[in-house]
Amino acid sequence: MSSTSSPRGRSGRTLPLATATVLALIALTACGTSSDGAESDSGGKVTLDVNGQPPKTQAFERKLYDKHVQQFEKANPDIDIVPHEGFMDPKTFNAKLAGGKLEDVFYVYFTDTRSLIEKKQAADITDAVKDMPRRGDLQDPLMKIFQDEEGHQYGLPTSNYSMGLIYNRALFEKAGLDPDQPPKTWADVRKAAKKIAALGDNTVGYADFSKNNQGGWHYTAELYSRGGRIAAESDGKWKAAFNTPEGKATFQDLHDMRWKDGSMGSKQLLQVEDVQRMMGSGKLGMYVAAADNITVIAKQFGGKYEDYALAPVPDAKATLLGGEGYMFNPKASPAKIKAGVKWIQWRYLNPDVIEKNVADYADAELPVGIPMPTVPDVFEGAVRDRIEKVKKDNANMPTGNYQAFMDSAPKVPGVIEPPRAQEVYAVLDSAMQSVLTKKDADIDALLDTAEDKVNAIYDAS
Amino acid sequence: MSTSLKTPARDTAVAPAPSPAPRRPRAARRRALRENVTAYGFLSAAVVIFALFSWWPIVRNVLLGFQDVNFATGNTWNGTSNFAKLFDDPLFLTAWKNTGLFTLYALVLGFAVPFLTAVLLNEFRHARAYFRVLVYLPVMLPPVVVALMWKWFYDPGPGLFNEILRTLHLPTSAWLDSSSTSLISLVIVSTWANMGTTTLIYLAALQTIPGELYEAAELDGANVWQRLRHVTIPQTRFVLLVLLLLQIVATMQVFTEPYVMTGGGPEDSTVTVMFLVYRYAFVYNDFGTASALSLLLLIALGVFSALYLRVTRAAKE
Repeated sequence: MSSTSSPRGRSGRTLPLATATVLALIALTACGTSSDGAESDSGGKVTLDVNGQPPKTQAFERKLYDKHVQQFEKANPDIDIVPHEGFMDPKTFNAKLAGGKLEDVFYVYFTDTRSLIEKKQAADITDAVKDMPRRGDLQDPLMKIFQDEEGHQYGLPTSNYSMGLIYNRALFEKAGLDPDQPPKTWADVRKAAKKIAALGDNTVGYADFSKNNQGGWHYTAELYSRGGRIAAESDGKWKAAFNTPEGKATFQDLHDMRWKDGSMGSKQLLQVEDVQRMMGSGKLGMYVAAADNITVIAKQFGGKYEDYALAPVPDAKATLLGGEGYMFNPKASPAKIKAGVKWIQWRYLNPDVIEKNVADYADAELPVGIPMPTVPDVFEGAVRDRIEKVKKDNANMPTGNYQAFMDSAPKVPGVIEPPRAQEVYAVLDSAMQSVLTKKDADIDALLDTAEDKVNAIYDAS
Repeated sequence: MSTSLKTPARDTAVAPAPSPAPRRPRAARRRALRENVTAYGFLSAAVVIFALFSWWPIVRNVLLGFQDVNFATGNTWNGTSNFAKLFDDPLFLTAWKNTGLFTLYALVLGFAVPFLTAVLLNEFRHARAYFRVLVYLPVMLPPVVVALMWKWFYDPGPGLFNEILRTLHLPTSAWLDSSSTSLISLVIVSTWANMGTTTLIYLAALQTIPGELYEAAELDGANVWQRLRHVTIPQTRFVLLVLLLLQIVATMQVFTEPYVMTGGGPEDSTVTVMFLVYRYAFVYNDFGTASALSLLLLIALGVFSALYLRVTRAAKE
């Protein structure tokens, strides 16, 4: 149909033209005019985009965060904080960076810091942290996670966790085990798991992850607990270091629990949410995790706080360190970096604010006393002692359930993740899956293959 | 709309403007432009949208495949290093093998089952619409919901399938938890979730077959199998071929099922090409290698797409 025959005449042509024009304009706007967010300082006031704001569904945490923003801005009238919801999402990180939408100060997990520093996707903040208050009270190994080989600083740790053994006290009792005497060694874990699984009704004694690289991550934690390591550095080159008696024992115990004792359940390829769900529903006895899992089990999966306890990792020769912190947009101006360091120190690395947080949490009847990120374990010395005392004084959780873990914490050395962690975990994930899904898995062969693959990863880097 | 776009071209071709009247073609062009302004309006919107959201990303992906990608410091050309890295990755061949097997199984199951279902539905005289809705229902479910639901069905402990097998005193299966059954388990999910659309297309094709052909075949004494072989299949050959090619293109891009249900395991038995692309891009933060692998997949899919175009063009002619 020709447009000239349309009774609508000119107006009939105007609509599609206008539509096309509007769409083209939208497209051009989307393409070319985005601000990179790096230089919006004006009139001497620094505008600072930061993420880490809790979602609205966490009403108390959100309110507290917004209150902190207001207090900080009042104390620092030359800084305007623009908070953004969300944390580190690897799926959107690069898109945000490429599109100039990455916040000036962004949240990271310890796992990602090394890669971001290598790729120069975080700003050097060495000068800005030199005179930062409380700098000397922070644990040095945690600061090193945010440093390159020359000691330049690229971010700040704000919270730290180490792995322990979470166990269900109620199930322990039901299985005739003493909940005040948690397993101390992997042999103890195996015995306890067998007894718990004997309760039947699909009850699982011990569970482990084996999906989406989490199997590799957990194998690492379990190997560390036996004194083994994933990789070792020699003459500046990294090599796989897990094909050892400790590495074999880690797989062998899991294989025996799965196939000889039948204490790991029939369903495998589990990841953290699956295991937390099992724990929350009272169908799981033990798994290796950090303390923050207890809150998730109780809040999201219906568990009762009093049922869950945290013990040191079995064998306790070392424990995997993890945690979170903040890094800075590589395009951020020095003024923004300075303001960002000020914000991070004031909000996260400030004993006065932490002390107030503990009181606020206790007033709101939210959990206090679990060794978890609300009270970040990043300090050492007198500051750490002061924070621990405040926690103890305000505790509303059964702190006795975590006492064994807390007592062992200063004695068990923390070890960080290996280089190229995600790629290494992918290799170990596959080996973990073989162990947990194949009755005739050849552990020696699995270790040999995984060693070759990990060495290939390190040789290529 | 398409007529009005073609008309001026045909006018010019049939009756070219005489040489001493230079203003006439320009006037004709102007008139044509005026007459077709609506069509051009619609067309430009589509072109802009396609260019921005389809063509440019494809071009950009090709470029990234030959670059060391760093969105902070800028990308640098690195020749074929990304491809060399891929070829060194032991998972590269595994991913192609798994994708090939998935496609093959999906064709055997996903091709035969909807076709036979359509033949069966076509035979129904009553409640045909009801059964059609039933067959189409899974298509309306979000893919992730389907994957999570089937994950429970496949649970080797208290899962639905093993409970049924136990009730029937039959041996149970590890389903997703075994490297020998995981891939086929995913194919079953994919077939169940997607067969509704294919079945309806087959059904529509079956209903275009003239009833006289079946009557003649019956008069000649053809049984059900012979009618299927000599009437139904030849009459729906074109639709079967087109859907076969489209299905190859779709199943080679399988991602949701392995991502949600198995995470590529056990023992990498469900790592597909798209899953590996995802891992390179979003787990290893290596967009260059992810783009290189996407490019290889694009080329493979391009071959099947070209075949599809050729088949549809041949059918039109």
